[in-house]
Amino acid sequence: MASLKELAAREPKLSPGHRACAGCIPALAFHQVLRSAPGYVVAGCATGCMEVVTTIFPYTAWNIPFIHNAFENSAATISGVEAAYQVLKRKGKVTKDIKFIAFGGDGGTYDIGLQSLSGAMERGHNMLYVCYDNEAYMNTGIQRSSATPFAADTKTAPVGKVHKGKKQYPKKLTEIIIAHDVAYAAQASPSHWRDLNRKVEKALSIEGPAFINVLAPCPPGWRFPSDMGLEMARLAVETCFWPLYEFENGKRKLTYKPKEKLPISEWTKHQGRFRHLHQEENKHLLEQAQQEVDRRWNELLALCGESA
Amino acid sequence: MSEKSWKEIPIGGLILEPGASRRYKTGSWRSFKPIWFEERCIQCLACWNACPEPCIMVMDGKVTGIDYDYCKGCGLCAKVCPEKAHAIEMQAEF
Amino acid sequence: MPTIMGLSGNEAVAHAMRQINPDVVAAYPITPQTELMHQFAEFHADGLVDTELVLTESEHSAMSATVGAAAAGARAMTATSANGLALMWEIVYIAASLRLPIVMPVINRALSGPINIHCDHSDTMGCRDSGWIQIFSENCQEAYDNALMAVKISEHKNILLPTMITLDGFILSHTLERVELLDDDVVKKFVGDYHPEHALLDVDHPITVGPLDLQDYYFEHKRQQIHAMTQVFPVIEQVAGEFAKLSGRRYGLIEEYRLDDAERAIILMGSSVGTAKDVVDDLRDAGEKVGLIKIRVYRPFPYDAIRAALKKLKAVAVLDRAVSFGTFGGPVYTDVRATLYGNGVNLPVINYIYGLGGRDIDKAQIKSAFDDLKNIVKSGRIGEELRFLGLRD
Repeated sequence: MASLKELAAREPKLSPGHRACAGCIPALAFHQVLRSAPGYVVAGCATGCMEVVTTIFPYTAWNIPFIHNAFENSAATISGVEAAYQVLKRKGKVTKDIKFIAFGGDGGTYDIGLQSLSGAMERGHNMLYVCYDNEAYMNTGIQRSSATPFAADTKTAPVGKVHKGKKQYPKKLTEIIIAHDVAYAAQASPSHWRDLNRKVEKALSIEGPAFINVLAPCPPGWRFPSDMGLEMARLAVETCFWPLYEFENGKRKLTYKPKEKLPISEWTKHQGRFRHLHQEENKHLLEQAQQEVDRRWNELLALCGESA
Repeated sequence: MSEKSWKEIPIGGLILEPGASRRYKTGSWRSFKPIWFEERCIQCLACWNACPEPCIMVMDGKVTGIDYDYCKGCGLCAKVCPEKAHAIEMQAEF
Repeated sequence: MPTIMGLSGNEAVAHAMRQINPDVVAAYPITPQTELMHQFAEFHADGLVDTELVLTESEHSAMSATVGAAAAGARAMTATSANGLALMWEIVYIAASLRLPIVMPVINRALSGPINIHCDHSDTMGCRDSGWIQIFSENCQEAYDNALMAVKISEHKNILLPTMITLDGFILSHTLERVELLDDDVVKKFVGDYHPEHALLDVDHPITVGPLDLQDYYFEHKRQQIHAMTQVFPVIEQVAGEFAKLSGRRYGLIEEYRLDDAERAIILMGSSVGTAKDVVDDLRDAGEKVGLIKIRVYRPFPYDAIRAALKKLKAVAVLDRAVSFGTFGGPVYTDVRATLYGNGVNLPVINYIYGLGGRDIDKAQIKSAFDDLKNIVKSGRIGEELRFLGLRD
């Protein structure tokens, strides 16, 4: 596994001058993923923050071949690119070894692009799909997605006098992809960059479809200061809201286990979208959120053959 | 920006210049500025690894400075700088 | 030596695809396109093509993967019908905007609802403004020929636009006809090798495809598409010329049938042209001065050719196999009318909507249109502009 010195020596696949917000963790996640892939990569991205900020014509932050097609079809588009690679390589028209990475936000992955992703994973293309999960439709102005946490305040499920943010728990997308029996699947966080780096390396080295779900805190969407993104990612892991684990050869494995599981409030209290959870009258919602985190964590521990 | 006619630009919205965004300077977005103190730096590269632009300049495995052409002043670099080093400090830009 | 076979339209186009041997075909089944893909999948299973076959979970992904493959530098095709085309819609526009020379046979079928699997032209009519070239086929032979020519037209360096070739669902797709296939090596030479100028897989020259394109350049990119459309006719004529040398079959933008001294004519597209030619022959035998204009290339619309043809006539009827709700007629009618205004050509033009959802059209119905035109010429009164054939009133 590469050290930071080695990673810094690699040709950057993404340049500065992109227009992500200050402190954008999705942008950082892209760098971390792309740095973990030293060879030739062709990338694609669903419509969303990262596509928008990296490619405003006539500018592009991409130093590698890149395609954006639409919102819901990043996986299908890259599967077409990969199919072209297979045949053109067979015909000798392409001689290089190339890896393929499709990116999508939680909107483009959990929701509108789920079918396209499912199809690509089932067909078994030799590609990696990376979801950068910032837990809402940030590009269009912070609307809820199926990845948005319970009780979070968003523009389409706001906190009002009667309704207190999102009523549902987030979809377990990583588990849905695991159910496809893919070659490799994992959850990662930019706060644990070595873990993320290793997972990307592994995903690209394995033949067949791979999926990594990367938590990507969003300063304006979650409402925390621009220097707090990595801390928000770290606390999501330490509270077990975002467990780091991987799936390979039919088995799940925790890749990081917090020494001491922090209460979810340690994560929520820094974020404007959860401010109401820390008011006396909404205490029950915070408790409810905690119960679901506990339930899911225990379920995952059992699946990983670990004890609490 | 040079405003080219439809006859002068590649068809289909194709961009042929990799990394052309380098010509778009985002440094003016900044209201806080990270100041890097070389003498205190322990060269752990944590700042480089935390910068979303990236605009921490690294040469031969060592930090050499911050590229203010692009730095948006988010403060992530200062945040991850180990406490014992404290080699990056944020300053108000204006 | 050409091979003569009894083939359905779907089979004929599948053979064209076998001979084109595309790098990538991404597709999803839909009636009446299914048998085209069955046949092509058999060719694939038997190793008769090198194609990477991507069997997607929807038409949306089929077109998305086709776009990805084409941008990667592959010769890419897909095929669909009606609701499948509708599900692709968003990406149909994107394919044209990205200037990817994709060829897509569309087996024309009524676009729901209520759901109907039979022929009309409402599916492709809906995306006539999408920036694709649209070529209609009169019979199975034409469907085969059009598929081959479409590759060369789309990939021409002055064009780089995708092409839909259409054939009427069931009427052509499932009807056995005599089809003459060119030799495999003749087709291979005709379509040539595909070498795009820019490709994602050319990793030493990284390109960005499909960026965000805002107020400062989007308009210019649309202007480029408009320009490319204006370059299509000479390329179609050139490719048709090359094809005629190989096949003996020559195609124009339109076909004028017994029009030279005609006073009355009908204009139509697709498989009904064959029936209408029979009617013209019958009426000619009876001494009536009638003719027919077949539109083969519908997008770009051959205004000049149609205007020149109309100049000779005293009255004309446009037969539309689709509706454009809320306008004064079908889409072809609207286009034909638009060729006349301000060009010094003025004659009565009436519109018949026919054959929706696969409703049969017969010779008597077409004859009645010619009879109506006769009355219009005689009386000088146009009457109803929007009429129907084969509808129970």
